[in-house]
Amino acid sequence: MLQKIGAPNLEALWEAIPAEFRVRGPLPVDAPLAEYEIARRFAQWAESNADAQHYACFLGAGIYDHFIPAALRSLISRSEYATAYTPYQPEVSQGTLQTIFEYQSMICELTGMEVANASMYDGATACAEAAHLALGATGRRVLLLSHGVHPHYREVVRTYAAAGSFEVREVPLERGATGTARLAQSLTPDVAAFLWAQPNFEGVVEDGRALSDAAHAAGAYSIASADPVALAVLKPPGEDGADVVVGEGQPLGVPMGYGGPLAGFFSIRKSDVRRLPGRLAGVTVDLEGRRGYVLTLQTREQHIRRERATSNICTNQGLMALANAVHMALLGAQGMRDVALQSMEKTHYLARRAAQVPGVSLANGDAPYFREFVLRLPGPASSFLRAAEKRRILAGVPMERFDRSRSQDLLVAVTEKRTREEMDRYVETLAEWARRPAEKPVEEAACRS
Amino acid sequence: MPELTLRERSVPGHRGPRLQPLDVPAEGPEKHLPRERLRAGAPGLPEISEPAAVRHFVNLSVLNHHIDRAIYPLGSCTMKYNPKLNDEMAQMHGFAGIHPFQPEELSQGALAVIGELHEWLKAIMGMPAITTQPAAGAQCELTAILMTRAYHAERGDAREEVIVPDSAHGTNPSTAAQVGYRAVTVPSGPDGCVDIDALRRAVSGKTAALMLTNPNTLGIFERQVGEIARIVHDAGALLYLDGANLNALVGLASPGAMGFDFAHINLHKTFSTPHGGGGPGGGVLCVRDELGPYLPAPVLERSGDGYRWNYDRPKSIGRVHSYYGNFGMLVRALCYVKSLGAAGLAEVSREAVLNANYLKSRLAEAYAPSHEGYCMHEFVLSASRQKARGIRALDIAKRILDFGMHAPTTYFPLIVDEALMIEPTETETKQSLDAFAEVLLEIDRESKEDPERVKQAPTKTPVRRLDEARAARKLTLTWRDLEAEGGGG
Repeated sequence: MLQKIGAPNLEALWEAIPAEFRVRGPLPVDAPLAEYEIARRFAQWAESNADAQHYACFLGAGIYDHFIPAALRSLISRSEYATAYTPYQPEVSQGTLQTIFEYQSMICELTGMEVANASMYDGATACAEAAHLALGATGRRVLLLSHGVHPHYREVVRTYAAAGSFEVREVPLERGATGTARLAQSLTPDVAAFLWAQPNFEGVVEDGRALSDAAHAAGAYSIASADPVALAVLKPPGEDGADVVVGEGQPLGVPMGYGGPLAGFFSIRKSDVRRLPGRLAGVTVDLEGRRGYVLTLQTREQHIRRERATSNICTNQGLMALANAVHMALLGAQGMRDVALQSMEKTHYLARRAAQVPGVSLANGDAPYFREFVLRLPGPASSFLRAAEKRRILAGVPMERFDRSRSQDLLVAVTEKRTREEMDRYVETLAEWARRPAEKPVEEAACRS
Repeated sequence: MPELTLRERSVPGHRGPRLQPLDVPAEGPEKHLPRERLRAGAPGLPEISEPAAVRHFVNLSVLNHHIDRAIYPLGSCTMKYNPKLNDEMAQMHGFAGIHPFQPEELSQGALAVIGELHEWLKAIMGMPAITTQPAAGAQCELTAILMTRAYHAERGDAREEVIVPDSAHGTNPSTAAQVGYRAVTVPSGPDGCVDIDALRRAVSGKTAALMLTNPNTLGIFERQVGEIARIVHDAGALLYLDGANLNALVGLASPGAMGFDFAHINLHKTFSTPHGGGGPGGGVLCVRDELGPYLPAPVLERSGDGYRWNYDRPKSIGRVHSYYGNFGMLVRALCYVKSLGAAGLAEVSREAVLNANYLKSRLAEAYAPSHEGYCMHEFVLSASRQKARGIRALDIAKRILDFGMHAPTTYFPLIVDEALMIEPTETETKQSLDAFAEVLLEIDRESKEDPERVKQAPTKTPVRRLDEARAARKLTLTWRDLEAEGGGG
């Protein structure tokens, strides 16, 4: 090969790199390992983590332990999907392009919107990009955030806002839902959009119609950050007047994976299509008149429009969006509804029993909730969590993580995968702990199964 | 016959996998929620059996080109082989089935993976501080330019411009604009490198940062990078490395030594995580010590025998991801570097550079290279000779598809006429490089002897050339749009 190149030796090929920038000798890292040795070490790491097969997982806060069909894992592992890239040559990428088109279609069916893109990085960045869209559309400078939006999403939106392009204000919750009186006061004429969550971070189902109507009355966009599982049962925000519906696709067939990779979905009305960030697949025909798919309206994107693009996003979360599409196809209309309904019934079963434990209550009273709720405990939530861990229960996400004043509040999620036995064990553990909430003398559970 | 859509395949009543029967009382949604907050009926999703759904997605999949099939030489995309072990490791329950909010004491295996990967990547980059929170390269750029803004703001120094070379990826100017900076373009000189005199004129007290790709998108190492760093730093600005082309440097050269303040890594390029039909990516941002305090929170720290997340970062720009980034990609990347080890990492770039130079020398007889001399891991050809015969870069790209191979990146970088940007990567064999070269030489012959064949290509792909203008004019973006048109196509 060197002969063909006409180079005297390999070194000659990188003569352009000045000596002072070269790496001298081997890098200060380990020697190579064989496959089986890697497998041994990674298995040790993996086994040291508490996973949802060995613990009953009641954690939510945006990431949920829902059922993932075996057929889904098999399909998205195929080389044809996993080792292809962005469909730059559509003639040899029809598989990827049609699945994006079907993903877009199904997201719109769930959200009640007209156009969805090929996905964003995650739910948080989808919110930030939605804010950007509304600012451009209205020419206004303020984003109003409901306190019911995931605290991390709010942080990411604030990070993106720090570029000086917009200002962020927040509206508090009242008894678990966005306070409508405060909302009306906060919707000043400089507000470009009001961003709210359905269900919200504390699990409460918001009155989407009232929130969108309030935003529209002030000339602002209504942006909903919605849970896609809930949308199989709840009224789609699009039907309640939302202008943009975004959210986290993880509950649709993506493993929890310590929080990544995820996939943000992003859906809008057709009238805003030229403001859409990210990739978009559309139908067309080939030279012989056969139906085919291409990426379309690419003049919005950074590789064409450069500094005037609608977003700097390039790579999206293709394989995760595919997982979402396969999941919605496999479960279908009825399966998706079953998952949502079972999760809701089980959540209410656990919430009601937990709230009957003396000293324990639901933090948001009788506000309607879907598959998550906040328990108010008679002692530090951290103490109960440790007691529950000993019974192989991951009992919830402490609200103290997000608000230091809420050390006794615990965010609890229940999916269709949790069993009545696990929930009864939860309540029993809670009752034992609640008798002496300051300590936690709970007997050790049996060894990890 | 095109593959039907899922909607067209739906049969009322058909369904896939079922759930266990509900083991708590079924009270019904109206018991739990006000009626007006409920959906009127089931969502308009497909009704299809599992076997039918599997066939649908398998039949669609085989319409794709992919790296496990044949060469995929997209320039700047680094389409290398993705080792299967990496996927297997990431899919273990102890990684895939863990929740981001479970206690750190019960997540130490995950944190150890991230921590160890950080050590490897810092060593490779020659840089001391790191985050793996960004989801992709473009988000690393955004993170770094937000950090740039915070850095200058802390010095009471409002700056207005970010400089990008004219050969830069579109994400660079787009990122600068998204963070509120004006993107200023500097031209490349005749050697394909940044014109140093033009750069001196462009840099001023207004300059916040320079975003440089090295080697650049022409596949040429910016040998003046030391001088570029001095010019940028003397003006009080920061120097960013767009790491899209890092596959040329691993184990060979150190971005830290070159004077970069920031450097990003695309795990899906250099570190072999699957491209997934357009993602997920995996973003890594390495920075100089002085910039560490601005990194997104939380940052991973050692704590006793293990690790912890440190959220107490008062100067941080804040979060850029819902949780800790694309963790599954980090598992794969660590698996990759541990498989290669120090010796293997040094070979990656050597082989990538050798393969690119070999392919370039085989093609130079028929296609005009954008620049003479050795290239790094990729090179750019101009189809200018073929254009004189009425054959464009686009036609050549389409004709390559007929041979069961993927086309190079076309019409980029923008500064080369009829650009074909080719990056073979180190995982192609000489046989596969030769086969690709033969195809391109054959297409050049066809451009003289049978140009219609090239212009009509592709003819052997699942569909022929697609009407992109029609797609943009008559937006058909969902099943509903398709039905409204009576089936389309």
